[in-house]
Amino acid sequence: MKRRAKFLAGGAVILAALVYLVYAGVSQSVVYFVTPAELLAAPAAGKTYRLGGMVQPGSLVWQPRTLDLRFTLSDGKATVPVRHKGTPPDLFAEGRGAVVEGAWSGEGYFKATTILAKHSEEYKAPHDPSQTGYKELLKTLRGDQASQPR
Amino acid sequence: MLIGAPEIGYALTVVALGLALWGGAAAVTAARGGRPALLASAERAAVGVWALITGCMLVLVHAFLTFDFSIRYVATNTNRGTPFYYRITALWGALEGSIILWAWLLGIYTLIVVIRYRRRQPELYPWVLTVMLAILAFFLLVMTVPAPPFERLSPVPADGRGLNPLLEDSGMITHPVALYLGFTGFTVPFAFAMAALALGRTGEEWITITRRWTIIAWYFLSLGLLIGGWWSYHVLGWGGYWAWDPVENAAFMPWLTGTAFLHSVMIQERRRMLKLWNLTLIILTFGLTLFGTFLTRSGIIGSVHAFTQGSIGAFFLTFLALVLLTSFSLLAWRMDRLKGQGELDSIVSRESVFLLNNVFLVAASFAVFFGTIFPLLYEAVWQEKVSVGGPYFNTINIPLFLGLIFLMGVGPLIAWRRASMESLRRNFLKPVLAGVVAAALLRVIGVGNALVLLAAALVVFVAGTMVLDFWRAARARRRTGDGWRAATFGLLLRQNRRYGGFVVHLGILVVALGVAGSQAWSLQTEATLAKGETVELGGYRVRFDGLEGSEESNHAKVTGTFSVTHGARPVDVLQPAKKFYPQEQTPIAYVDYRLGFLEDVYLVLGDFARDGSHATVKVQVNRMVSWLWLGGLVLTLGTVLAVLPDRRRPA
Repeated sequence: MKRRAKFLAGGAVILAALVYLVYAGVSQSVVYFVTPAELLAAPAAGKTYRLGGMVQPGSLVWQPRTLDLRFTLSDGKATVPVRHKGTPPDLFAEGRGAVVEGAWSGEGYFKATTILAKHSEEYKAPHDPSQTGYKELLKTLRGDQASQPR
Repeated sequence: MLIGAPEIGYALTVVALGLALWGGAAAVTAARGGRPALLASAERAAVGVWALITGCMLVLVHAFLTFDFSIRYVATNTNRGTPFYYRITALWGALEGSIILWAWLLGIYTLIVVIRYRRRQPELYPWVLTVMLAILAFFLLVMTVPAPPFERLSPVPADGRGLNPLLEDSGMITHPVALYLGFTGFTVPFAFAMAALALGRTGEEWITITRRWTIIAWYFLSLGLLIGGWWSYHVLGWGGYWAWDPVENAAFMPWLTGTAFLHSVMIQERRRMLKLWNLTLIILTFGLTLFGTFLTRSGIIGSVHAFTQGSIGAFFLTFLALVLLTSFSLLAWRMDRLKGQGELDSIVSRESVFLLNNVFLVAASFAVFFGTIFPLLYEAVWQEKVSVGGPYFNTINIPLFLGLIFLMGVGPLIAWRRASMESLRRNFLKPVLAGVVAAALLRVIGVGNALVLLAAALVVFVAGTMVLDFWRAARARRRTGDGWRAATFGLLLRQNRRYGGFVVHLGILVVALGVAGSQAWSLQTEATLAKGETVELGGYRVRFDGLEGSEESNHAKVTGTFSVTHGARPVDVLQPAKKFYPQEQTPIAYVDYRLGFLEDVYLVLGDFARDGSHATVKVQVNRMVSWLWLGGLVLTLGTVLAVLPDRRRPA
């Protein structure tokens, strides 16, 4: 029985270590999803966020030579200018939803490291950019948390 | 009402469901009361179910080939331009069809069980058949209620929507089949485990019977994961093969517990320990295959691969709960017979190394599980959306996997029960030295990445143990008079189980090197080039030669031509493209790359000027990625060797 107790104790230690590692790992690498309004309410520079919204029509500027991509993400309440280095992904366009991962620069724009695009077959950009349209859009975008960078 | 293909298909499904239910009921009655007539009826039901599912597949394939858009599934997943073979594989291009494929493969396994065990295992067999038919009935229920593939579409459209363009790829022909052969394969050991519990025969009998089944299921699951990675690599155009996406995790979790099971059963066979643990592992593995389907098909977690969503989440969750409840109740009921007869004698023993291997694998599975569902939990509690990305999974899994590789070297050579200092030195001193020397050599030639050095040292250590072991055994055989060749092949064939395992381990090592190398050394750049301009990366020079438009059967295509040179030597001309499908709102990238043993040159066409004067191209030099695919080949060889009939004479 003594041996059994030893093994149980060993098992408990391993389990505790694992739970701690997993918990610490998750809390360190968790990324919050925010909308432009939520980001601007409390802009913390340098912290990684996923920012989701609609690419405002007319805001997209793409300079192939320098690979500079600039656009504005909107949730109907607030807008956030976004800058990115690199070709926009295939599913990225004005008037469509986009989720970008990156951080607030502290200088009035969001610096995106990755643009995540939506693969859904069902998703269609709302034709009427009213509040209900944005709500639908954000719902779709938020449902796409784990989407893969392309 | 008109009777067409949808009605015929639906009728076949319903009859198959009824037959599966009857067969299950008959088999369980026979198992309890031993009425042979009922058992024979259950067997005929199993054959009938498989025939009917085959009928469903044929009806659907016929509908795809004849563009019968009165079936919604056909109209959604094909159109008149879809090439011939993708019209056949469109069968499993979305949820409803992949459930048919699943049920069909499960039906084949059930038939093999009938043919193989009806005489050989008269006691276990009726219970096994009961479990298999019950699981088949569940999948047929899914085909009948929440995900009917034969739903009628009215009015019938003139053309279909078309297959998801990302699935028009050879990887998608093979990946689902391999993956599902793996998933359904674990049903057989699970069914035997349940039968063993029902009869109270909790010895190593069910494990010995299902050893080959487990290996084969494990192999196909591994193959499915590798092909999935290959698809991701050459179709999605981001240059990687694994992104810790929920769907990948869903297939990876049962792989981890299945791998643990594959190893822990050896301890039960040899030392009659871990009975409870082995049963738990196979229940978990089978449960995780269901959970994976629930996770990815219910739409509760968004995912790049979540091509379909539906109401089937509730069905899978209910069935999963039922399976877990039943199997753990059986386990609790038989608890008194699950005490191990052996004891762990020493920490320095093969038993303990295997145990540690199991702890690591299950820990990795738990970590992946937690990371995958964490966003759900968080949202439920805090009403906020979060995501957990690659860094989490890497931080947890890299140390666990390095540990596993180390154990892979120790396990096969260390003594059972208790290893002496002397035997440890004899078995491991040289391999350890080899590992250290290898790492030192790599450091000298300029490899600075600590993780790569550690991985390389471990891999060389493990390979060293294998070489040492095999060389000793071959030398011993040679002393008995065999030539080198006879000794080597004789050894491989006579101890095929042991050395098959070695070769599989070797395959894993090759994959591990590929992962480490590609993570550490791959390069990437992006540039916009005018015609004739070049971009350089990793010694390669990529020149943009022009753009060309073309019309394919179901899409338009803009192809860029790029010549790749290395120094003065021309390497290849690569033609990445963008494909425009009418049913898609945005183009799909088509990657072109040159496969190499040490490095791939990988091009993705980005934006381009309409007049063809400029194009943006993403250039990657992906190092050692082909070692992953090479590792898959080695795995295949090892598996074949391991499942060959045992030639060893009984000792």
